[in-house]
Order: sequence, then C-alpha cells, then structure tokens
Amino acid sequence: MLETPNAARRVSAFADAVSPAGIRPLPGAARFALRLREADATGEAAGFRLDQPLNTFAAQGDRLSLRLGPNEWLLIGPEADADAIAAEIAAALGTRFHTLVDIGHRNVAIEVKGPHAADILNAGCPLDLFDARFPTGTATRTLLGKAEIVLMRLDDAPTYRVECWRSFATYVHDFLTEAAQEFDAGT
Amino acid sequence: MLLIPCPYCGERPELEFRCGGEAHIARAADPSAVDDGAWSEFLFSRGNPKGLYAERWNHAHGCQRWFNAIRDTASDRFVESYKMGEKRPLPGGE
Repeated sequence: MLETPNAARRVSAFADAVSPAGIRPLPGAARFALRLREADATGEAAGFRLDQPLNTFAAQGDRLSLRLGPNEWLLIGPEADADAIAAEIAAALGTRFHTLVDIGHRNVAIEVKGPHAADILNAGCPLDLFDARFPTGTATRTLLGKAEIVLMRLDDAPTYRVECWRSFATYVHDFLTEAAQEFDAGT
Repeated sequence: MLLIPCPYCGERPELEFRCGGEAHIARAADPSAVDDGAWSEFLFSRGNPKGLYAERWNHAHGCQRWFNAIRDTASDRFVESYKMGEKRPLPGGE
C-alpha cells in the first residue's frame, strides 16, 4: 500500500476540449486492474462481480466490473472510494493469489451517446457494433484509430463508454469529435 | 477486414492481433546439451509451406491471450484456432 492516500490533485485531460453534442468527457473515477486465476474467479469481491462471461461487464450500484480477459478485470468505482475499494478487495480475496493495480490516474473516460454513436465509433473501431453483436452489457478492449481503448455499451440509447490511457486522451477525443462532424452535431 | 477466431473472444478483426510465428516448436529441455547445428535449427529454421500452417497468435488489443491457429498461407483463411497447450487438431496433428 502507498504510505499516503491516493489523493494527488488531478487536472482534467480535457481542460481545453470542446465536445460536440453526444460526446462528453466523464469525471474522474477509481479504477483498478485486477488479475486473478480463472479458477478463483467466483462470486464477487467488494461489490465487483467476478464470474460474468468474458467481454461483458456487471454493475452493482456504482461499481462496474469489466471482464477483459479470462483472468483480467477492470474495476471502476467512484473516485472518492479508491482507498476503500483497494482495502475491501484485498480483504474479500483473502488468500486467493491476485494482483490489484490502481490505474485511476492512467485512464480517462469519454461517453459517446446518441443514434449515431456506433457510426462515430466505427470511424476508428473495427468491431461490429450492431445490436446483435455488441449488445448492452458488452465490454471489451479494442482499438480506436491508433489508440487502444476499452469500449463498453451501457444502455440502448445507445450510450458507450470509451476508456483510454490519459496520454491518448486528446487523440481519442479529437478523433471522435472529427468523426461526429459527419453526423451534424452527432445527435 | 480479415476476421481471426480467438478461442476466447470469437471472431475479431485482424488489427487486434499480433502474429508470433510458427507454433509447436519445442525448446530443448537442456539447451546446453544441444549442439550448435541443432540449436540454430531451433532458433532460426521455420517451415514455409504453401497451405496449412500452425502459428502462434496474440490477441494483443483484446483479451491479450496467446493461442495457436491454423492458417492457410495461400488463401489466408483461418481453419481453426485453439488454446495454448491443446493438441494441434487436424490435419497433420502431432
């Protein structure tokens, strides 16, 4: 554990960004990368489900658990709970061998919403985002242009959440903004 | 776009993958006991068939797992993919 709480002052990665309708940078969040043996991935830990199928997410209250690989999860919670979440997960997993890395400051999130959301994402994302192939509840790591992202579909609006590394944030945001121009304000 | 079947994620676009070269090349249990000829064979010699070829692939921008796949080098068609450690399926299984 860190000796000081994870309370560094954060400056938004989108301080100067102007977003079109439908694209919205999201506020900070607590994020953790959890690696755990597949055989140990049962039930839940600290409100984060662990046993959902690969490439889906599970939400319990304001805590999201994305299963990105057979033994890899991305956990997202409220920013203020970062220290509590880390302690709760360590307690919940007990002797099960795992690694839990705080990546709250590494990632940023952008919301893409509206009837053209899938078209905007498909400007740089090669996945099939059609409802049948990428239904609500899907979450996966993929690409947007040259940047690696984690893409989740939150609801049927449709609303997508794009998680990318902070150093790619400007690129990803500008990429989406440019793609949205084609759809005349996106929504 | 070419779709590659990941044994964990299903069919995904090829951009998400990295190729790791020929599969099923066993490293000697005791490398110091291997003579130079056999060692260079292990390091550098690879098959170059026209037809079915077993390769290692990594779903680098997806689940990040390594797996093996059988690809037809002439048509670029993926015949089958299977998890690391599983036996090579037909044809020419080992």
